[in-house]
Amino acid sequence: MATTAAPKPPTKVDAATAELHRRYLRQMLLIRRFEEKAGEAYSLGKIGGFCHLYIGQEAVAVGALAALRPDDYVISAYREHGHALARGIAARAVMAELLGKATGCSHGKGGSMHIFDKSLGFLGGHGIVGSHIPLAAGAAFAIKYRGGDQVSVCFFGEAAVNIGAFHETLNMAGLWKLPAVFICENNGYGMGTAVARASAVTGLSVRGSAYDMPAEQVDGQNVLTVRAAVDKAVERARTESKPTLLEMRTYRYVGHSMSDAAHGTYRTKDEVEEYRRRDPIKVLADVMRAGGYLDDPGYEQLNAEALAEVEDAYKFADESPEPELDALHRDVYATEVGNRKPETGGTS
Amino acid sequence: MATKIVMEALSPTMEEGRLVEWKKKEGDAVAVGDVLAEVETDKAVMELVARAAGQLLKQVVAAGATVPVSSLVGWIGAAGEAVGDDGAAAAGQAAGRQGGKAAGETAAAPAAESAPAAEAPPAREAPAAADAATPAQSAKAQPGGGAGAIDGRIKASPLAKKIASDKGIDLAGVAGSGPEGRIIKRDLDKATPTPVPTTAPTPVAATGAAPRAPIRTSGAPFEDVPLTQIRKTIAKRLAQSIGPIPTFYLTAEIDMERAWDAREALKAQAGDAGKVSFNDIVVKAVAAALRQHRACNAWWQDDKIRYWNEVHVGMAVAVEDGLITPVIRNADQKSLREISAESKELAGRARERKLKPEEYTGATFSISNLGMFDIEHFTAVINPPESGILAIGRIAEVPTVVGGQIMPQRRMRVTMSCDHRVIDGATGAAFLRTVKMMLENPLALVW
Amino acid sequence: MAVITYRDALNQALREEMKLDDRVFLMGEEVAEYDGAYKVSRGLLKEFGPKRVVDTPIAELGFTGIGVGAAMVGLRPVIEMMTWNFALLAIDEIVNSAAKIRYMSGGQFSIPIVFRGPGGSALQLAAQHSQSWESWYAHIPGLKVVTPATAADAKGLLKSAIRDDDPVVFIEGEMLYNQKGDVPDQEYLTPIGEAEVKRAGTDVTIVCHSKTVAIALKAADQLAEEGIKAEVLDLRTIRPLDTEAILASIVKTNRCVVAEEGWPFAGVGAQVVDVIQRNAFDSLDAPIIRVTGADVPMPYNKTLERASKVDVPKVIAAVKQVLYV
Repeated sequence: MATTAAPKPPTKVDAATAELHRRYLRQMLLIRRFEEKAGEAYSLGKIGGFCHLYIGQEAVAVGALAALRPDDYVISAYREHGHALARGIAARAVMAELLGKATGCSHGKGGSMHIFDKSLGFLGGHGIVGSHIPLAAGAAFAIKYRGGDQVSVCFFGEAAVNIGAFHETLNMAGLWKLPAVFICENNGYGMGTAVARASAVTGLSVRGSAYDMPAEQVDGQNVLTVRAAVDKAVERARTESKPTLLEMRTYRYVGHSMSDAAHGTYRTKDEVEEYRRRDPIKVLADVMRAGGYLDDPGYEQLNAEALAEVEDAYKFADESPEPELDALHRDVYATEVGNRKPETGGTS
Repeated sequence: MATKIVMEALSPTMEEGRLVEWKKKEGDAVAVGDVLAEVETDKAVMELVARAAGQLLKQVVAAGATVPVSSLVGWIGAAGEAVGDDGAAAAGQAAGRQGGKAAGETAAAPAAESAPAAEAPPAREAPAAADAATPAQSAKAQPGGGAGAIDGRIKASPLAKKIASDKGIDLAGVAGSGPEGRIIKRDLDKATPTPVPTTAPTPVAATGAAPRAPIRTSGAPFEDVPLTQIRKTIAKRLAQSIGPIPTFYLTAEIDMERAWDAREALKAQAGDAGKVSFNDIVVKAVAAALRQHRACNAWWQDDKIRYWNEVHVGMAVAVEDGLITPVIRNADQKSLREISAESKELAGRARERKLKPEEYTGATFSISNLGMFDIEHFTAVINPPESGILAIGRIAEVPTVVGGQIMPQRRMRVTMSCDHRVIDGATGAAFLRTVKMMLENPLALVW
Repeated sequence: MAVITYRDALNQALREEMKLDDRVFLMGEEVAEYDGAYKVSRGLLKEFGPKRVVDTPIAELGFTGIGVGAAMVGLRPVIEMMTWNFALLAIDEIVNSAAKIRYMSGGQFSIPIVFRGPGGSALQLAAQHSQSWESWYAHIPGLKVVTPATAADAKGLLKSAIRDDDPVVFIEGEMLYNQKGDVPDQEYLTPIGEAEVKRAGTDVTIVCHSKTVAIALKAADQLAEEGIKAEVLDLRTIRPLDTEAILASIVKTNRCVVAEEGWPFAGVGAQVVDVIQRNAFDSLDAPIIRVTGADVPMPYNKTLERASKVDVPKVIAAVKQVLYV
């Protein structure tokens, strides 16, 4: 098992690197502020259903997706707001989707768990644990089938490594050498179940060895480390058509979903506080401060920009129209054949 | 083997009976059919007859006692035979069952009042009368109608109903060959279109068609017309507003001068033989008017309205401890003289409480007369399932404007109580107008 | 017209569509080197190579999901279930992914995929390998469900299914693979969503699909000897259901028997009955009778198995019941 070490804090960085880091920081701040706003909107009843926040894990999405090309494919599970934003879906479209509005990226039919954007190769948020892992391999299969050099990147939580779909998929991806990167975000808990209580091995990257798949454990709190590790994996997929399994060690500060407590029965407040000291935003900001290319006003400016973008997104979403009622029966089929009418049971 | 004598159900609604008087003493010889005792039912004093021959062994119930229907009142058996439960079980059960059944029916359908007795004959007559023109009756004639007859619904497949409706075939006249008498398509292949009765309710014509039609003179004694939606709604809504029978009242004042003169002339001419009461004249007029206004000659039957083609006028008669309404059957076909004689005879027996059930049930309309008590005007209570009753006040000379001049005139005020579920205002008014016209022009009674 | 087996008709359909469109590939257990567990894919590996005819490990959930993912990004996979009994392991991908992604994404993604393989009862395969699944999939908005009964329909419908932009559950009759039938020589498509009157009649409509079509036709032959003219309506597609064809036939015959191999509860016939009672109530001259598989897991014992299946006498009895004879 290879590991990617944290890149040494740069003593002197060029302007391009400084700008790149500023962009990471800005993106992480956007996700953080976005999720905080989403939490607030959920509490106000503006967002319904399940809503899983990404707070604490921002470095994974931002670092990993920075390594991709626009024509690559990205797929995620249901804690996917951060991936969607990092992939470049407008905050307005994501927030509007959370609010179930017609202007949402899935026109209000998907909600928090089902954010899709075909134009960005974002193959969605999926709600059944592990069910999207085969889909990622399918996209990778299609890439290879067409002889392309794209990459298919799949995000999933650590709890998904115990489900059959994960094993079946990694086996075939390894067997068929598919250009995929499987990114396991190990935030320590599958809902309320600690990894050690669910998995026979707690170092989850070792599971790659069963499928002849390069795998490594990565510090998921450091966006630069994440980027470096995903760079290697993407390169392997692009040039060698080989899959990689990455285990990102990260942490979520909040509950599994908005309806869960952040701590209590399964973990302590102290533990949460401990991880907050390794906050991915703080980690990067410290690096930038040490490098002398971020000061407090600079940080505040980025934060204010993120906040403004989120507020704009929320305002846009809140003021957006509801989907038309006739959208109810739309988009069930691509082609309506025969004399099909919606099966109404005669009442609607 | 001794036979039980039980209290029999001697009226349709009887639940208990008072043994007024034993007509046989213990030890008397008894033949089947002999009157054993007089029993007072809820309506009349009736005879309890022997169902077995032998000797009246024992009077279990003393005169004057009241016992429930089907309870033991005495024993008949061979002379010297011991009476007891063991030996008498079989025969006793038979009688007991009979009585018990009647009581059960009464209990099960308290609202039906006189309906069972009145319904039975038409149901038996129906098969003979079944033809295309008597739809409701012949429905019961269909093979397998036994099952269908219970809920009174014609069973037909949706297709059969559709075809019948399109072609104007009355399903009631079609025999069903499907399971449980279900009418199916093939049964209609043979059927010919029948004119839909003018009374057949259609949503649009419902309020108008039925009431205005005159009575049919041939065929079955009545026609059951299923309730239309509008009629159901009227019934429900009105019943909610006033008690179980939504009643309204129509009052008319009738010039009785000519009736008075005619009655006097008749008396003068024929003496006692020509004596008719005003009540008789009213019965005759009401019967004749009913013939023209079938809508008022009808029974409310919850899921349908039964429009009678026969006119049976009930007349309330005060008896010592209440009221009974003997019925003048086919009053529309009887002469004034016949009506007079019959009403006299019935009223007499009513006061003696000697009426048989069939003599006080089955009226299609009633009148109640309190004129002899000098009552100016009152309202009478409808006797269900009838849907109308006419309350007759006294005849009095009152100042009346005739041709611009005030002069005394004998006038009578009558008030008709109408069951609004059956009779609408205009319908009742039209009927009442005819009654008034007949009484004001007595010649019309014989016209 | 050539007379070929249902199996070869399917093979022809796959071959023709793979030739026409290189986005089409076949994936499943034993489809390539073994030439198909039921030989439907015979010769395809040789003709199209391992890239387009892909053997998989026994991992229904995984390879079904891989098919769905490939469809999301533009390929047109044909995923073979060795039998539909094994597809239960993959049903999450068929129902939660394939059927719903278009809707969940607000119409952004099409899933042009065919899930195909044999279904229905077979011979003495006992409870886990001998059952009908079409009503399960027909329950799901977003799926199309096709159940061909003849060689010609098998070919024409599979070609249509492969060209369709929606996920199609294509359930072949396991006992029909050897059945021979006329198949047109020239290129043709059988439209999805259209039922076909396989035999015209005026007295009663027997609605059927897949294997019960042959049973219904045999029953109609025998009924004809008694002067009863039964119309045999092959649904061909279960979803979308050809309600017009059903109603047109009922309006003509006024009586209906629905024959299906599946279990009675919430079966295909229940939907057919609902469509009829709702839309052709006034045309019915008798209650509709359904003839279904017995409401039990399939027994192994031959006698019990036979008793559990839809057969000609059961269909005839039902027809006589609705005809009141």
